[in-house]
Amino acid sequence: MTDTFQLDGVAVPFEPGQTVMQAALAADHYIPHLCYHPEFKPHGSCKLCTVKVNGRTMASCTMPAEAGLEVESEIEELNALRRTLVQMLFAEGNHFCPSCEKSGNCMLQALGYDLEVHAAGFRHQYPDRPLDASHPDILLDFNRCILCELCVRASSEVDGKNVFALAGRGNTKHLIVNAESGQLRDTDIALSDKAMQVCPVGVILPKRVGFSQPIGERRYDASPISAQALADAPRPPSGAEHD
Amino acid sequence: MLPDANPIYGESPRCDLHADLHEIVARHCGEKTNLLQLLIEVQACAGYIPADAASYIAATLAIPRSRIESVASFYSFLHLKPAGEYRVLFSDNITDRMLGNQDLMEQMCRQLWVQPGKVSEDGLLSINTTSCTGMCDQGPAMLVNGRTITRLGSQRIQEIGQLIRNRTPVAEWPEDYFKVENNIRRGGLILNNKLAYGQVLQATKALKPEAIISTIKESNLRGRGGAGFPTGMKWEACRNADGEARYVVCNADEGEPGTFKDRVLLTAQADLVFEGMTLCARAVGAKKGFLYLRGEYRYLLNHLHAVLQRRRDSELLGEDILGERGFDFDIEIHLGAGAYICGEESALIESLEGKRGVPRNRPPFPVTNGYLQQPTAVDNVETFCQAVMALHMGAPAYRAIGTEKSSGSKLISVSGDCASPGIYEYPFGVSVRQILTDCGAVNTRAVQISGPSGMCIGEHEFDRKLGFEDLPTAGAFMVFDDSRDMFEVARNFVHFFAHESCGFCTPCRVGTSMLKQTMDKVAAGHGTQHDLTEIENLDHVLQTTSHCGLGRTACNPVLHTLKHFRPAYETRLKSLDFEPAFDLDGALARARQMTGRDDAGAHLKENE
Repeated sequence: MTDTFQLDGVAVPFEPGQTVMQAALAADHYIPHLCYHPEFKPHGSCKLCTVKVNGRTMASCTMPAEAGLEVESEIEELNALRRTLVQMLFAEGNHFCPSCEKSGNCMLQALGYDLEVHAAGFRHQYPDRPLDASHPDILLDFNRCILCELCVRASSEVDGKNVFALAGRGNTKHLIVNAESGQLRDTDIALSDKAMQVCPVGVILPKRVGFSQPIGERRYDASPISAQALADAPRPPSGAEHD
Repeated sequence: MLPDANPIYGESPRCDLHADLHEIVARHCGEKTNLLQLLIEVQACAGYIPADAASYIAATLAIPRSRIESVASFYSFLHLKPAGEYRVLFSDNITDRMLGNQDLMEQMCRQLWVQPGKVSEDGLLSINTTSCTGMCDQGPAMLVNGRTITRLGSQRIQEIGQLIRNRTPVAEWPEDYFKVENNIRRGGLILNNKLAYGQVLQATKALKPEAIISTIKESNLRGRGGAGFPTGMKWEACRNADGEARYVVCNADEGEPGTFKDRVLLTAQADLVFEGMTLCARAVGAKKGFLYLRGEYRYLLNHLHAVLQRRRDSELLGEDILGERGFDFDIEIHLGAGAYICGEESALIESLEGKRGVPRNRPPFPVTNGYLQQPTAVDNVETFCQAVMALHMGAPAYRAIGTEKSSGSKLISVSGDCASPGIYEYPFGVSVRQILTDCGAVNTRAVQISGPSGMCIGEHEFDRKLGFEDLPTAGAFMVFDDSRDMFEVARNFVHFFAHESCGFCTPCRVGTSMLKQTMDKVAAGHGTQHDLTEIENLDHVLQTTSHCGLGRTACNPVLHTLKHFRPAYETRLKSLDFEPAFDLDGALARARQMTGRDDAGAHLKENE
């Protein structure tokens, strides 16, 4: 018999070593998230997956599951916090959904809709973040980066290449590529890399295919992210012990 | 391939990066964990980290080049682009401001024709601000190429400007500039100790490690870095954790603005600190220890190395300490490079490993998974000193000092509006009022206890007592008299947190800069009631969702001053319900700068 914890009053079974997020997704319960990806070691930076565990707020993606925990997730208090976090991410970068080729496939946008973020909330920062179009096949639009580090993790853990890294600190933190020139064309990235597939927003884009899938027929056009995430889950966590 | 040496770069007047780089890398044995130390040396030598030097280091250490950039850009004292042959950083704690640092910085910028934060066109210098350098009792202070200069005044600034203009190497500047006083105003258990170095180590030689731990536990010693975790429990957990090696780390990253007691301990009581570390090593079974010294205290390095060497020569460090077979322990000093967050123990460990100082996810905790994932005891400088005294006196005598839940003494760093700023040591349980009397503070409006992340208390609370029962403190004690504007105090602290946020989690990275903008908006006279509501909303998000203590405490200064000194905010508010964040007149600032105009006609009229 496996142990369980309570998630919004429902018993959720878990395997030893699973986090609250992993167990919840495996048992068909959605907890909003952005920087968490089932194939990578949990990171815990976006804080969208914040839940209340025995009354304390914790990131559910890094919180180890334990028998008897009382976890609350789908409550207005937490959704209000999540809405504010989404507003913060929108205000921090330059996100112009109507002109973005990732519209409809973007997790940040989809979370905005799903959490019913109806207003900007914060003064937008309009940071100056030049594009990198140097690579013949790949465009980097840093304006949309939410610093989730999924590309960093994918390139290092799966591709074994370390194409991406984060530099700077605080609100000057930004994504860089592994080249003395600072340009993507001088890295060993390839279209087939895992790092090409994991960006939850519209930073890493293959060139010349932007609108081949029409708006309206995209991932989150069909069903909201809360349903889509469950359809994709559970994938067996790999590299969970990898550092 | 590398730039030619310039004799006035850096601290050492005859540094030649081209020749020295190979030697610097070799000295660190090509160890990845020494990356930060290596970069600090390159920075000191060349004044910045040249691109080809970064490529060379990456190739030699077999790490991605992006990691060099990633690590270097995390620490504010490291530069990837030339930042001037002279890099002037004014300490910008509120106490420096109260002593007039802003006027002095403006004077220097005018004298040398340079704008704050920009490198002069001839590449000679840059002038900027930095977080508190720990010289609050002898400010205003600055760092020039990493060297501390205290007691700045108009005359001294004038002289420094001349020295820079004449390209005089910093090593040849007058000795007096670099003098740092201890300013010990009241000694006690620690500061008045008459122990000979090695005495307690010798006296406890017969004790088993378990007996050391039980004495520390019985003495009720709690960590002096602020959180107050029971030291004995920490050592015991570290000893009992599974691991291939164990480590002792002394946290001397004294970054909390207004705190400078560790500076004085390392200057006047270095032996006590190292003795405490060695006793801890014996207790937990560690062979290696680190002292993580904040970059601002780099000037202490020679002194500390000399003390370490003397202890090695006296069989107090090294192999078979005091002739005991198998008792091997040595201490290495690692430098920080301008990152407050590295005072957080898991961030400190990341930094020790040569990485960005980002706090780890916990659990697991450092006592089981610390340095290189091995069991690690991280303690504050003062905690190690207290541990020596507890072992020297025995648990009952030590416990008799202080209060029931806070045994022993506490060093308090007093600064701000008082006659005698400096270090005061008291048994725990001393009242705020007593300290104010002793330091000669009059007409005190408020005291900031334990720095920006601590508490701001008003006059009606001055009978409260320092200790874990009431007012826990890491040691900062900044005094504000009735001439001070508490809104400006809070705004200074909010800027500090925004500057020091590591940027890992969304709420702290974005929230601290939003908080800063809102406080600036209120300061500029554009604030409304709506902004105060927004501040409270941001406070809530930061407190509930931040990754570590920095984000969770970043709003304390605002919350506490709003609670006690709300009129300081309200007098600044416009009576309007809403005022756009966009400042029309502010938007013209750039045009004014370009045209060199600042007359009435170049401004939009207020309230038009």
